[in-house]
Amino acid sequence: MDVRRRNNVVITGRPDGPVVMPAHGFGCDQNMWRLMVPALAERYRVVLFDYVGSGRSDLASWNPERYASLDGYARDVLEICEELDLRDVIFVGHSVSAMIGVRAVARAPHLFSELVMVAPSPRYLDDPGTGYRGGFTEADIEELLDALDSNYLGWSAAMAPVIMGNPGRPELGEELTESFCATDPTIARVFARTTFLSDTRDELPGLRVPTLILECERDPIAPREVGAHVHAAIPGSTLVTLEATGHCPHLSAPEATAGAILSFLRERGR
Amino acid sequence: MTPPGADGGDTGRGGATGAGPATPGTEGFTALLEDSAEDLYEHAPCGYLSTLLDGEIARINTTLLGWLGLTREEVVGRMRFSDLLTVGGRLYHETHFAPLLRMQGEVSGVALELRRADGGRLPVLVTSGVKKGSDGQHLLIRTTVFDARERRAYENELLRARREAEEAAATAERERESTERERRRLREVLATLQRSLLPPSLPSVPNLEAAAHYHTASPDHLGGDFYDLFPLGEGRWGFFLGDVCGKGPEAAAVTSLIRYTLRAAVLHEPDAVGALHVLNGVLYERGAGGDPRHCTVIAGSLSPLDTDGDGIPGAYSIRFAGGGHPPALLLRSDGGAEYLPTPGGVLVGVLPDPRFVGTEVTLRAGDTLLLYTDGLTEARVGPESSRYGERALLTFAENLAPARAHHLVDVATALLGTFDPGADDDTALLALGVPPHHPQAPGTPT
Repeated sequence: MDVRRRNNVVITGRPDGPVVMPAHGFGCDQNMWRLMVPALAERYRVVLFDYVGSGRSDLASWNPERYASLDGYARDVLEICEELDLRDVIFVGHSVSAMIGVRAVARAPHLFSELVMVAPSPRYLDDPGTGYRGGFTEADIEELLDALDSNYLGWSAAMAPVIMGNPGRPELGEELTESFCATDPTIARVFARTTFLSDTRDELPGLRVPTLILECERDPIAPREVGAHVHAAIPGSTLVTLEATGHCPHLSAPEATAGAILSFLRERGR
Repeated sequence: MTPPGADGGDTGRGGATGAGPATPGTEGFTALLEDSAEDLYEHAPCGYLSTLLDGEIARINTTLLGWLGLTREEVVGRMRFSDLLTVGGRLYHETHFAPLLRMQGEVSGVALELRRADGGRLPVLVTSGVKKGSDGQHLLIRTTVFDARERRAYENELLRARREAEEAAATAERERESTERERRRLREVLATLQRSLLPPSLPSVPNLEAAAHYHTASPDHLGGDFYDLFPLGEGRWGFFLGDVCGKGPEAAAVTSLIRYTLRAAVLHEPDAVGALHVLNGVLYERGAGGDPRHCTVIAGSLSPLDTDGDGIPGAYSIRFAGGGHPPALLLRSDGGAEYLPTPGGVLVGVLPDPRFVGTEVTLRAGDTLLLYTDGLTEARVGPESSRYGERALLTFAENLAPARAHHLVDVATALLGTFDPGADDDTALLALGVPPHHPQAPGTPT
């Protein structure tokens, strides 16, 4: 299967600009970036994609072994870079995708020039052994899986009409709203477990690309304590705290998020 | 139900303020008419909640506060909507609900759980809508919360049932795979056993072309057909082809017995009729021991001739005998074809002293002899599933002749492939042919 189709690769922006590759996290798909893309597209070539199993990717290419590890998702990133012959990529990863980016950079450092982490967390679970506080316990993750299950059942009755029609935002194509956040429940469970049981802390100190960390003032998933941990662990990294609430500043504060990324890149001459 | 006077007419109001004795009905009207929007908001049978865009709770109704076990002071301006949820629910809210709400402006009927002050949980269905300003900008989020305890119990039943069904399906699939593995293993054993009953390859005979094919009707059953071609010494060769009545392991055991008996008998008996008598004795004796088994067979020997009588070298004299077997078919070098009957031969192993008939033929350059089992002639063909038959086989041979051994077997094999795939009889083919004679051109050095 052609990688572009497999990962629903969408390219926009300035064709000769440096490559920015925004990667969505657990939950939805590349449309999470839509409010920020216009600000990036003026100067950069923006390569958007869906991980296999999310959004409008090819679900037939999904398999539970590969995507039960963040390295499987990192392979998606590397395969897209290879297919499109991308170099000096500015990888922008939201949430767990920040750590997928860390793994992609570790495996192919020559492909990446900068790493931008949006609301990252290298480990969502608390680790009493080291005193690390990720904010969650395994029981919390099981609760999330239950919520996924309940809402899958609820779909046919309640969610489907909402997802299918979208009277409030007619400018959004039906196609888009159908797939957005509408993951196959089996796949969502695997992605949820892989995300929330992952631990990438050990790989942070070895990261050798210039890294920008964007955290939110109040983020129920990646609290500031976690942002501070990531900042301390990655040598020479830059930490910016956005005046935003929630886990998705690219949705709740797209101007501020894009602004922070643009000024970081401008300072670096990109 | 539409109460009288709900349209604001005087009648209703008169009823509520009238001096007459109050009946339960009129008290109800009174309550309805005095139901203020404010009271409806506070005490509605569902929870109401208004939050700022960042989730901070700005308004909440009394019903929801009651469900939560919290006071207004504890909540308004202090808590965010996601603070009311379980941790797992909060994860779901951040990763699915909030992005969807921001994209669509509305999300309805999402199943979440509220955390109550006493530590209990309340399953709810949540619907949120964004209130927008005149220019479309998002102002605040309004949320309704329905008690979903009953519904969740029902859904949990459905979920449990679905999981059980999935597990049952997985178990059935595992069992099916195990059966399939066992079947494959059995087929491998059967195929190995079947191969052991046939020569691994035909020997190379000077100035003779030999080809054979074994068609297995079903990989799940051992067939009882057999053939062989083997040296007798002094340039002579023995051959046979036959069909044991019956199938399965017992037939295979008899096939093995027949093969070794015939090899020895053809070697030691002066002629083919004698060899069949030896075989008959062995099978008849075995049948008398309580395991009646018999077969049809053609067995014989090939002896090289200096010339074929017309002075053309490289011919073979074939002497063979048949017991109850379909006649051998000779494809002549001149394009003719004919059966070589061994009339009167009976099934081998049935009678204590049967009659077998021998015959002799010269296989000249370009001639090919075809031996076959009745899987070929008894096969069902055509829309009416009639037998293929000896007449059709003869026509087939006449159309094909002259044919060399390998080509003949290839074409006959292809013919088998066109028969009804439901055919359950195995078929063995053995072709023995002398290569065509090509006289040397004059002047060619020898």
